[in-house]
Amino acid sequence: MKQDPINQPLSGQIKPPYSGYTSSKEAILQAEKVSVFYGSYLAVRDVFLDIETNKITAFIGPSGCGKSTLLRCFNRLNDLILGARVEGSIKFQGENLYDKKFDRKIEEVRRRIGMVFQKPTPFSKSIYENIAFGAKINGYQGDMDELVERSLRQAALWDEVKDKLKQSGLSLSGGQQQRLCIARAIAVQPDVILMDEPCSALDPISTLRIEDLLHELKEQYTIVIVTHNMQQASRVSDMTAFFNVEPTDKGGRMGYLVEYDRTEVIFQSPKEESTREYVSGRFG
Amino acid sequence: MTSKEPKLFANESSESDSLFKASLPFRYNLDKVFAIVTWAATLSGLIVLGILLIDILIDGFSRLDWSFITSYPSRRAASAGILSPLVGSIWILVVTALIAFPLGVGAGIYLEEYSNDNWFTRLVEINIANLAAVPSIIYGLLGLQVFVRWFQPITNGRSILSGALTLALLILPIIIIGTREALRTVPSSLRQAGFALGATRWQVIREHVFPLALPGILTGTILALSRAIGETAPLIVIGALTFITFLPSISPQGLQSPFTVLPIQIYDWVSRPQVEFHNNAASGIIVLMLLLLVMNATAIFLRNKFQKSR
Amino acid sequence: MSTNPSSPPSPSSDLFRPNRQLSKWVELVVKYIFAAFALISVATTIGIVLTLIFETVEFFGDVPLWRFLTDREWTPRFVNPQYGIFVLISATLLTSAIAISVALPIGLLAAICLSEYAPPKVRSWLKPALEILAGVPTVVFGYFALLLVTPFLQNFIPALQGFNALSAGLVLGVSIIPLVASLSEDAIYAIPGSLRQGAYALGATKRETIVGVVLPSALSGIVASFVLAISRAIGETMIVTIAAGQNPQMGLNPFVPVMTMTAYIVQASLGDTPAGSLAYRTLFAVGMTLFLLTLVLNIFSFWFVRKFRETYE
Repeated sequence: MKQDPINQPLSGQIKPPYSGYTSSKEAILQAEKVSVFYGSYLAVRDVFLDIETNKITAFIGPSGCGKSTLLRCFNRLNDLILGARVEGSIKFQGENLYDKKFDRKIEEVRRRIGMVFQKPTPFSKSIYENIAFGAKINGYQGDMDELVERSLRQAALWDEVKDKLKQSGLSLSGGQQQRLCIARAIAVQPDVILMDEPCSALDPISTLRIEDLLHELKEQYTIVIVTHNMQQASRVSDMTAFFNVEPTDKGGRMGYLVEYDRTEVIFQSPKEESTREYVSGRFG
Repeated sequence: MTSKEPKLFANESSESDSLFKASLPFRYNLDKVFAIVTWAATLSGLIVLGILLIDILIDGFSRLDWSFITSYPSRRAASAGILSPLVGSIWILVVTALIAFPLGVGAGIYLEEYSNDNWFTRLVEINIANLAAVPSIIYGLLGLQVFVRWFQPITNGRSILSGALTLALLILPIIIIGTREALRTVPSSLRQAGFALGATRWQVIREHVFPLALPGILTGTILALSRAIGETAPLIVIGALTFITFLPSISPQGLQSPFTVLPIQIYDWVSRPQVEFHNNAASGIIVLMLLLLVMNATAIFLRNKFQKSR
Repeated sequence: MSTNPSSPPSPSSDLFRPNRQLSKWVELVVKYIFAAFALISVATTIGIVLTLIFETVEFFGDVPLWRFLTDREWTPRFVNPQYGIFVLISATLLTSAIAISVALPIGLLAAICLSEYAPPKVRSWLKPALEILAGVPTVVFGYFALLLVTPFLQNFIPALQGFNALSAGLVLGVSIIPLVASLSEDAIYAIPGSLRQGAYALGATKRETIVGVVLPSALSGIVASFVLAISRAIGETMIVTIAAGQNPQMGLNPFVPVMTMTAYIVQASLGDTPAGSLAYRTLFAVGMTLFLLTLVLNIFSFWFVRKFRETYE
């Protein structure tokens, strides 16, 4: 990987909210000058980014660029890591999630902002219970059977599992497990679904099914997807954010947002040279 | 749609939201209670340990002096001591170690370094796991039949040798498991480097692997031996006596001598009605626990040294 | 190396005369000796089974099996001896039941505390402290049960006799807490963090994550630790011998003296049991019963772990 990206932003200088794209009013999530620290180590610096409602936004960039780290800020999952600290603000429907008043309401926030992980993580419970778990803990008042069926249908898994809802979620294939995790996330009826490289552990056919699924899901949900696969980003996303990484003085590596725009702009006529190099496969 | 909980977000509009009653304050309270209960459970064990130690120190401290260590057991509580049980325990400790260490380490090396994943290895592994659940008193019955009766010409029946053989079998699985774990911490690159120089497997193990794994193996062995030193039941079953007023001669004949050990003497004193004997038991427990403390401290010292050198 | 002019010429190969033949022999001998050592553990099991079977068969030559199973009393030393094993089994089950109702919940909660709640620094102190508790010889716990716990409990339960199943069971329970805690903690610790994150991401609190997701995933390991603890409780000897008494009587009253299977073996061993006598064989018949009980538990544990073990990458 090249260590001298052109247009390297100067340390300490705050860049304006990237070049080119002006944020729309429909932004459901707004990152403002977000920096993430692990201890004293700065992992992501000064990100300004608006995620638009009912669109799929892809985060791309070389490994270590902080795209997953940033994603985990949106549901405050970084809280679980000892010593992790987030500066700046992330607004969800206009409210700053890092405001103190959310410290003891974070579970409610996470219900509204779901997440699907890199590796499928079905719980060692039945398929039915995997879906019902989130709904139960969040005090779902409706009909559970109906919710399970609806969620599995939305995740395009119902036909494959409707006869074996009592079987363990771990008995499914990798692609099915990942769709189970998507169904699980949908079941708590979130507004946003965050996806952290959801297809990286899957075979091409399973990947394709999930990509198709994403297109259907964006009717109802806002989706943010981290991917290291540029073809995937160009296939599924409406918006793309390109992140890059630069070495720091202390020998660490720090990620930053280079460019954010409509996907076709990023892939066809990016404004930044490093974006062009990355999407054309010349590094990363 | 009315909801008791205040709205979290200004534009909370979707009907689906009203289907969820998160009742976070209630859940947080449950969380708090749960955390407190787990802490209480953890501390309860330690509090009992503390009470036990303090109780024994209070009961046993008054009788603890040099003459207690250097006197033989007696019918009179005030003049009774633990000389023969203490010496017996040390005999048992040493002989058990001499038997169990080579056998356990050899078996561990075989399973970890020589054997492939074949039926024999799996048989031995399942067997070792099984033996861990066999009550120690059953080993006593085995020792009684095999070492005391069948091997009587060699062991002279209810002798130190019979006791040590029985305890060696008891702790063998622990030593084997400890040895394997220690060997596993030695990086395989080291073995490959040895083979690349043309060394045979045994040469590689003897010269490179074993020295590195030795502190770990010793730690495991000492912990296993401290289990043996506290064992009572199997030795009662093979017929260790409770009233011994002589010391075994330090010679091969000593192995065939009848014996007693500290835990058996403590048991004998506890099961008498007089308080004086109970206090003797407490004093004996202090000595036994000190012995265990020394062994465990050695093991921890070795472990720390081991970890630092890596 | 040849590019360096100052290096010595490579030693000619005739300077190496390895005794390959000898090495080969040593290799073979060492391998088979060590394999024989490994075989000793198998021989131990076979030895245990054979001795128990051998003497038990002899025992049932003297005492019919139906009397062993149906007699209402255990009085092998009386003129008119009775051999009702269920008298001893009931006492063993009573003390074990008390013990595991203490040890399983407390041990599991402690495991949860150690792996999920205790900060690393506190954990590094708590674990060795629990190891000390695990290393206390059982005869010491027996002393504690008889001379401290029983008098203490008598303040609240006047009906409690000097020897009783209650104190013995409670202290026995405390003695196996570390076993449950340590093995369950291993099982809980092995659950990957990604699973926990999955639960948190759905809006679960820490407790909900632990109870709803982590514990079910660690179930097979936790059950294995429970089963091992139960067999430890059944086979434990000194605590029940010292504190529960030597009085064989049927029933499940925890306030009165009882005699467990292990306590009988100790009591009989301390008396006169010449080889070949009925008293000697009785020891093995009781030992066989004890062994079978723990074996059944062990087989159940193997079966359960095999059936319910979930593999996470």
